[in-house]
Amino acid sequence: MSPSRGAAAPKASDAVPVFVALGDPIRLRLLGRLSADGPLSITRLSRGSGVTRQAITKHLHTLGAAGLVRHARRGRERLWELDRRRLETAKRYLEQISAQWDAAVDRLKAFVEDSPASRPVP
Amino acid sequence: MTGRAKKARNKPSTDRIEKRVVLRAPRSRVWQALSNAKEFGTWFRMNLDGAFAEGRTVQATVTIPGYEHLKVEMQVERIEPERYFSYRWHPYPSDPTVDYSAEPMTLVEFTLEDAEGGGGTALTIVESGFDRIPLARRAEAFRMNDAGWAGQIKNLAAYVT
Repeated sequence: MSPSRGAAAPKASDAVPVFVALGDPIRLRLLGRLSADGPLSITRLSRGSGVTRQAITKHLHTLGAAGLVRHARRGRERLWELDRRRLETAKRYLEQISAQWDAAVDRLKAFVEDSPASRPVP
Repeated sequence: MTGRAKKARNKPSTDRIEKRVVLRAPRSRVWQALSNAKEFGTWFRMNLDGAFAEGRTVQATVTIPGYEHLKVEMQVERIEPERYFSYRWHPYPSDPTVDYSAEPMTLVEFTLEDAEGGGGTALTIVESGFDRIPLARRAEAFRMNDAGWAGQIKNLAAYVT
């Protein structure tokens, strides 16, 4: 939770395409929808979005280039879904939080083992 | 443990984190460090605004230099003295301008047992429920974690728009 763990941060070079892909509110919203309701067609994704099909298509390709989404043909329809193989993002997020817990556990260990009574704040 | 957590244990999971540690201190000492909000804040590096009690929401401020603007809200779930302590929170409230209150929370559980061989305390910490947090939010945590990357995103935005 605490933001103290820079050590576990992923390499910036690996993450840049992902960040670029996410650096847009429409793309973030598309990811959110695919995450909740995917796979979905472009028609479904553009309905009620206030954005043209063409724009949605372009954003999906940007997300696809970053490895965040992919498409598959189902019958006559092309459906877009989150790229489950690329759950890197989720994995790295967990690694960061995991490293934060490691640091917190170390502090707890020092805190309870150093002295039997409570210690003042370092 | 919930059915969800049990199921998650059997596969590589993006939903939960589990830490086990043996502390060379009696259970009563470890329990105090967990259940006393002041002591909890000392090792966790937060200032908490009150005591832990079941059903109570405790507000906290991070005390790590440079991150004092971060606010944390802990919803205490269950307290079983010297055995179990759990609360819910938003796992990465990195951006003070974002309202996380509508988003799902994770569950943090501390379980205490006597360590084998006696004398110490075996502590298990589980944080679970990450899969319900929107993927976009999880990705965002990196951006928030390293301000340097924000500039890079801006520079590179040109070739995708």
